[in-house]
Amino acid sequence: MTTTLPSAATREALGPTLVRMQQEGADIVVVDADLGKSTSARTFRDVFPERFFSFGVAEQNMISAAGGLATTGHTVVASTFAVFAEHAFDQLRMSVAQPRLNVKIVASHGGVSTGEDGASAQSVEDYALFSSLVNFTVCVPADVVEAQAMVEAAIATPGPWYIRTGRPKIPVIYTDGPRFEVGKANMLRDGSDVTIVACGLLVGRSLDAAEVLERAGISVRVLNMGTIRPLDVAALEAAARDTGAIVVAEEHLTHSGLGAMCAQAIAASTQPVPMEFVGVNDRYGESGTWDEVLEIMGLTAEGVEQAVRRVVARKR
Amino acid sequence: MVAGAGTDLRALSRRVRRHVVEMVNGAQSGHIGGSLSATDILAVLYGRIMRHDPQRPDWPERDRFIMSKGHCTPVQYAILAENGYLPVEELATFRKKGTRLQGHSVLGKPAGVENSAGALGMGLSFGLGIRLGMRLNQTDAHVYVLMGDGEQDEGQVWEAAMAAAHHEVDHFVAIIDRNGIQNDDFTAAQMRTEPLDEKYRAFGWEVRAGIDGHDHEAIEEALAWARDVRGKPALVIFDTVKGKGVSFMENNPGFHGAAPNAEQFALAMQELAD
Ligand SMILES: Cc1ncc(C[n+]2csc(CCOP(=O)(O)OP(=O)(O)O)c2C)c(N)n1
Ligand SMILES: [Mg+2]
Repeated sequence: MTTTLPSAATREALGPTLVRMQQEGADIVVVDADLGKSTSARTFRDVFPERFFSFGVAEQNMISAAGGLATTGHTVVASTFAVFAEHAFDQLRMSVAQPRLNVKIVASHGGVSTGEDGASAQSVEDYALFSSLVNFTVCVPADVVEAQAMVEAAIATPGPWYIRTGRPKIPVIYTDGPRFEVGKANMLRDGSDVTIVACGLLVGRSLDAAEVLERAGISVRVLNMGTIRPLDVAALEAAARDTGAIVVAEEHLTHSGLGAMCAQAIAASTQPVPMEFVGVNDRYGESGTWDEVLEIMGLTAEGVEQAVRRVVARKR
Repeated sequence: MVAGAGTDLRALSRRVRRHVVEMVNGAQSGHIGGSLSATDILAVLYGRIMRHDPQRPDWPERDRFIMSKGHCTPVQYAILAENGYLPVEELATFRKKGTRLQGHSVLGKPAGVENSAGALGMGLSFGLGIRLGMRLNQTDAHVYVLMGDGEQDEGQVWEAAMAAAHHEVDHFVAIIDRNGIQNDDFTAAQMRTEPLDEKYRAFGWEVRAGIDGHDHEAIEEALAWARDVRGKPALVIFDTVKGKGVSFMENNPGFHGAAPNAEQFALAMQELAD
């Protein structure tokens, strides 16, 4: 079924969306660290060269300068790869987060689906870092349609944002258009036995798992938690109440990612329920095609399905 | 408009030095040495060079002062207070519970503080971003960034130096308070960074070095020169004395981040009396 859907990489949304918004009257400035072709930010330079600044391969300078630029009234978009955004963590903290400046980090090649480049290029910890920064909104799109909606929302909303996009072409989920609203989970299918909470490319894989499970008699709710920060705690509490078990699936370290954040919210809720976690388990990546690396990590529909079976077995 | 035009800079600097010593003494913490070495530079900047208006701290056409060595808040708050950005009495709240005047600079606290700092090495980048944004806005205001000499150890400073020249940024003035001392020891012992002037020139900057950072006329002349450089960023390296104005603090690495005891405080205030 997935093969009949159109596919696109979430990173493809950035440049064209920025160009259109600038043409429609936004005040966008893009700063780049020599990866604009891959992140698609360079599309913006082609149309608005005076609003595009190359910082060379120097992410720390780029991020602090982005903060300064934002104080002059512009909406600043900084683009690089997720692992290289991590290179400027203190600058993100001091020059963007603490003074709450209007800088959007849209970083591509998030997660292990970067594939062949191997461990150094695979960000298994990026949104843990960004989620640790006060004042940041943190988003992970499930497909290119949602990625575009997230970029639009980021430009329209003052304050620091992090959007993690991905390298591989993945199936479009929102074929009828985006449903993105910051801080709100999307229920993509309802069910009564268990809820899968996913983000990024695990959303599509969770929908595939849900279909298999449904046929096996397990009724599954799937939530796309496109916003990691602020987390949609109400949707999580409803999932716990309505389905009694939760699986969190993500392309990131489980101990510091969406899984950990959901577990914190559920533990503090009035109705804690059994949870299982699908994600990167305390390790770095390795080379391979993107779907091979996901398979090595267990980030597949089958991996999600097994986690669902485990959590359902733990229900009283 | 220059808010402090006509001010007696000698008297102003003396008052600012007394504020600095009182603030650090009052909090029994804070950075006294690098505040006293930068006092005359800030007095000239706010009194003679910068276009600013304490009544309109958000004025888009204002010149911006970026304190990159964000531990030197005592001198920054004192000069802002003397220029009317906050009540002089508020200086007594420095580093105390509930204060706006934190140990290291926080953007907007009080109005007139243009950046958050405390982690060294970021101010030149932040100022560069401001100037790029102003250029896009066709604003002819200037950005002045004050750095320490120990701060030059940070790699990000050199990323910013390279980028400012690459983008041919003018109306952009870097200032180094070359007091020869950093946190633990003399800069020559911690990390040799000299010759700083030749390094910046090689990076594409216009540079003036060897200026006496305690001679108000020399400071004004050098900063006026830097302000008018076009097509390139400009740097002035001021030779200063860490702890300037208090004999036992001068050129003493022990007074980078230490507060005076009661006896030292009394002696310092005596030396700084009119
Ligand atoms: C990134 C970073 N590392 C370490 C410190 C701790 N620290 C505070 S001041 C200082 C020395 C600064 O020396 P210098 O730049 O010469 O400043 P000045 O002499 O003017 O006070 C250090 C290492 C810091 N503030 N930031
Ligand atoms: Mg020094």
